[in-house]
Amino acid sequence: MRLKSMSLQRKRSMLGFVFIAPWLVGFLFLYLTPLIQSLMFSFTDLVIQPDGYSLEPVGFENFRNAILVDANFNRVITDSVGQMLISVPMILFFSLFSATLLNQKFRGRTLARAIFFLPVILASNAISSAEQAGLINLIGSGAYLNEMEAELSSYNVTSIVYMLLDVGLPRSFVDYIVSAILGIYDIITSSGVQILIFLAALQAVPSSMYEVAKMEGATAYECFWKITFPMVSPLILTNIIYTIIDSFTSSPVTTLIYSVAFETQNFGLSAAMSWIYTIVVALVLIIIGLVLSRKIHYN
Amino acid sequence: MSKSLMDDSYYRKQKAMQRFFDVVYSIFRALLVIGISFIIIYPILQKIAVAFKDKTDIYNPTIYMIPVHFTWENVQLAMGILDYFPMLGKTLLFVVITTLLTAASCALTGYGFARFNFPGNQLLFTFVIMTILVPSTTLMLPYYLHFKNFDFLGIISLFTGKSGVNLINTYWPSIITSATAIGLKAGLFIYIFRQFFKGLPKEIEEASLIDGAGGIQTFFRIMLPNAIPPIITVVLFCFVWQYNDTFYTTLFMNGMELMSLKVSTLSSQANQFIPTLMGYAHGSGFKADPNHVAMVVDTGILLAIAPLILMYLVVQRYFVESIERTGIVG
Repeated sequence: MRLKSMSLQRKRSMLGFVFIAPWLVGFLFLYLTPLIQSLMFSFTDLVIQPDGYSLEPVGFENFRNAILVDANFNRVITDSVGQMLISVPMILFFSLFSATLLNQKFRGRTLARAIFFLPVILASNAISSAEQAGLINLIGSGAYLNEMEAELSSYNVTSIVYMLLDVGLPRSFVDYIVSAILGIYDIITSSGVQILIFLAALQAVPSSMYEVAKMEGATAYECFWKITFPMVSPLILTNIIYTIIDSFTSSPVTTLIYSVAFETQNFGLSAAMSWIYTIVVALVLIIIGLVLSRKIHYN
Repeated sequence: MSKSLMDDSYYRKQKAMQRFFDVVYSIFRALLVIGISFIIIYPILQKIAVAFKDKTDIYNPTIYMIPVHFTWENVQLAMGILDYFPMLGKTLLFVVITTLLTAASCALTGYGFARFNFPGNQLLFTFVIMTILVPSTTLMLPYYLHFKNFDFLGIISLFTGKSGVNLINTYWPSIITSATAIGLKAGLFIYIFRQFFKGLPKEIEEASLIDGAGGIQTFFRIMLPNAIPPIITVVLFCFVWQYNDTFYTTLFMNGMELMSLKVSTLSSQANQFIPTLMGYAHGSGFKADPNHVAMVVDTGILLAIAPLILMYLVVQRYFVESIERTGIVG
């Protein structure tokens, strides 16, 4: 037996490989290989043939086409990244707010929690696309849909806009607030998991800290900013990352990349687009990570 | 004497103020909670109202939410179009299989990363994080081609002589990816398990090793029974996400009968189906009333989420409790 001749430490580390074996096999053959293939496709022209496919190298042609030639790609990707940057702070703010709310003691808290986490279950692309299709069918054309949605979803916000502008808030901030009010349903429905994570973090804060603060005469406001906020701050980064990667699956970029590949059969272009998207998202994540990791309090 | 009286009245006044603010705050809080809950529940209530509404009530402007004429017709129609119960059975079978496989493979992997110091542990775990962060769109195309001509290390072509088997439109692509822990959001689940196992005391394992259990036996007999919270979390989330997923299902199983796929194309199907049901031949130019179609679509969506809501009513408290105990918060 060779196993016998190994030292105990070697044996342990071999056992570690046994445990991660399923993942390792999957990672090598079903993740790393496709990833490299996808990179290869983005530099080639791929043609599907009866028995597999053939590749023809074209250099950076696909990337050039994606950025300079394709009519939609630039617009869609800037739109969706912009949308992501706008909605992330809102979702974060709302989920921290709801988590603090749900962490307090009041009658009917269990019911309130159950309702607040309902969106975790119901956040589904299938349902939203069915709803959209139903609405298009109702109106008769997709062209009016965006206008209609803006009309339907809201009550009149003009008075709020005037009020906030009169107070002297800057224009861009007012716009942001208004878009938050109009999109409140989307914000609420996409912050279920984030509320869960924040709530778990809040419950992990030792109650002795609050007791001490209360003895020393701290107000609830001070307690929040001096104890709660620093204690949950590591989870803010987690939640930002989660929110960003959660937006991938429903993002219009994904739909565009899918349709370029399987409807227009331009596989190389689709691969190039998905790599550009990956790089953009990675850049956003790295920048956010670098900025925030300095401000986070780790205990 | 007078001083203590003054103190007393001051104290009482303070206390009254405090109580006043407490009451105001709790009213404010109740309003907020009720408002947000209403926003979340309203669409569901609306769909329930629509599902039992008769066609004649569509154009009655005096009706808000509660219909005048109750009917099961919409539910029957939507069930007919969706082929509801057979499809629900297939969907649940698929979702349960992939969920169990994902939980099993992710638990193994998470334990491996948490407790063994093999060379490259750190590097490989970085790759796990990478699988979470890279958008799955990047892998869409190679996945498709890969499973269209599936062949593992050339074994299949060795035996059959063909260049691989076509696994598109079968359950296999999802089963294979979940068994190898790289399926839908599997990286996240590995992370959850790793964090949890790292938090368990090392002494438990050492005791079992001293008592003569092997590494694998220790895992199944000692570590797994202790890991109920993360298992519940992973199983719940995996179930829900698999049930709702459209990305992998459209990619791998576009022609198959699964809930998420059927529901997303419900509107066009209802448009085709309703005229034939009403006795008009196909292609006679008759178009179903769009409002009626919308009613059926709403009912279909309600039917699709009904199993999840039923499940949620039973297990909702585990959602919060288990996530608190998984140690994902560190």
